[in-house]
Amino acid sequence: MRHERTVSSRPLPPFGRHRSWNRKLSWIATHAIGIALGVIFLLPMLFVLLTALMKSDQAMTSSLWPTEWHFDNFIKVFKDAPLLEYFGNSLLYSGLATVGALLSAIPAAYALSKLRWRGQNVCFMLTVAAMMLPPQVTIVPLYDLWVRLGFTGTLVPLVVPYFFFDAFSIFLLRQFFLTIPKDYIEAAKIDGCTEFGAMVKVLVPMAKPGIAATAMFCFLFTWNDYFGPLLYTGENRDHWPLSLAIAQFRGMHHVEWNLTMAATALIMAPVIVLFVFAQKSFVKGITFTGVKG
Amino acid sequence: MTATLPARASGSPAASAGVRRGNRRAKHRRTVLLFLAPAVLGFGIFFGYPLIATVYYSLTKYDLINPPEFIGFDNYVRMFTSEQLVGTAAYNTLWLVIVLTVCRVVFSLGIASVISRLKSGVGLVRTLCYLPSLAPPAAATLAFVFLFNPEFGPVNRFLKFVGIDGGLWFNDPAMSKPALTLLALWGSGELMIIILAALLDVPQEQHEAAQIDGAGPIRRFWHVTLPSISPVLLFGVVNSIIYALQFFTQAVVAAAAAAGSADVAGNTKYIGAPQNSTLTYPVWLYVQGFRYFNMGYAAAMAVLLFVVSAGFTWILVRQLRKGQHQEET
Repeated sequence: MRHERTVSSRPLPPFGRHRSWNRKLSWIATHAIGIALGVIFLLPMLFVLLTALMKSDQAMTSSLWPTEWHFDNFIKVFKDAPLLEYFGNSLLYSGLATVGALLSAIPAAYALSKLRWRGQNVCFMLTVAAMMLPPQVTIVPLYDLWVRLGFTGTLVPLVVPYFFFDAFSIFLLRQFFLTIPKDYIEAAKIDGCTEFGAMVKVLVPMAKPGIAATAMFCFLFTWNDYFGPLLYTGENRDHWPLSLAIAQFRGMHHVEWNLTMAATALIMAPVIVLFVFAQKSFVKGITFTGVKG
Repeated sequence: MTATLPARASGSPAASAGVRRGNRRAKHRRTVLLFLAPAVLGFGIFFGYPLIATVYYSLTKYDLINPPEFIGFDNYVRMFTSEQLVGTAAYNTLWLVIVLTVCRVVFSLGIASVISRLKSGVGLVRTLCYLPSLAPPAAATLAFVFLFNPEFGPVNRFLKFVGIDGGLWFNDPAMSKPALTLLALWGSGELMIIILAALLDVPQEQHEAAQIDGAGPIRRFWHVTLPSISPVLLFGVVNSIIYALQFFTQAVVAAAAAAGSADVAGNTKYIGAPQNSTLTYPVWLYVQGFRYFNMGYAAAMAVLLFVVSAGFTWILVRQLRKGQHQEET
């Protein structure tokens, strides 16, 4: 293919007519694959939404497109289950945990990225280890602790730890703080700021996108969490968050797939809305969690 | 560095400078401690203490009500010899660790390299592939149980259209883990984005140099792309292994939903359905500890899980430290 254009012994960068055809073909091929991939990833969500709008007996057939559009399924879901209450619990859990994680992780991440002290590396590695280890590893003594304190059946065991230590938030914030030049903090300190003042007045405003991204990841993680709520609030329906309630929902409506899918769509919705508004910081945060430092 | 210290001189000024320096150092130490206080406290209470206490509990018989009774290594002996289901659970988790990790990394790498080659619409395709990874696992699992419903699910309908007999998926012990793997792949957008970022960082000059030397696309991928993204791939492998080791929500919800009930919180009837094929190690740990209240036995399982995941975490931490040294030099 290429030899007709090879005048010298070294093949030239390909610009021949054939090559340009090949290029166009490969352009079309990659873009077709790209579009196909996007569609395949989207399809499950689309099916969920379409099924959520069907009549219950149609959801049990293999039809893909609703013959009648039942937007009231979403309202029915709210009527059938105390979904608003579960929603409130989820919001409480995720909201408080996010606030707590930021309050405790910002100073820790500041100390890990902007101060110099002995044992810094060891502490960072411990944070990474805490982030990576499965939660099941520590769960027996923790559960025992919360039982003794009398807080099982509530959201307290889920929320309180975030006010002290959340390894992932510390890790992610540190990655963001490292990208901010130390000079700004030094300058503030020369101007008479204390270390704390420099953090609050200089670093935090500059790291706003990073803090926002960390907050979103924390919110998302707790919103999606199933293991924690199952463990601690499992016995007490009044404190269930949505993630736990949704799994139960299928049990109450074992034939009504349309309602189950409506509930599924409802619990996915806040996450998707959050993502649409903050796509960039999500993507940036995710790339930061890779090893690139 | 911090502000320059006063020049060294002999005599009393040096002594006072030394005191001042000492004061400053003490003050600095106090500041660091103050910044770290909540995290250190939290790490100790919610991570350090339970990690050590797990080892103690693993040597006891404990049901939460009666005080722990020391029984030595009985839990471990039982785990490795007489108990049947822990073996099943370990096998299922091992299956996921191997299959899921390989599929997840290869799949993410494949998709990322397609996206990295797009000239336009990168943002849109990236968004569409990433979005599913944000869906709550419990909800995503319900959606997949519906999609893979043997009778009326869209997947089997499509397969029938193409002329293939779709399986029973979540209702078939042989198909349930592959179905869970597909669910995990659908949600592997995070890893895909990390790999994509690494791919876009591969120096273009190296590619061009290799091309001039006559290397085809496959050789360029093998000799240029792969070596330069290998740290990220290692991260992906370790991350996927840990993900597979703690596989819980999807297994529990899929089993219950496919069996027709989702009374997950109340009983253990559907856990592991069909035929214990979705009984993963963390699920069995949960059942032993928090349904049967064999806390000691669950702790012994946790110790084993810790040993295995700590090994993989160590690999990642070492890699991370290497990266840091490179950054500093």
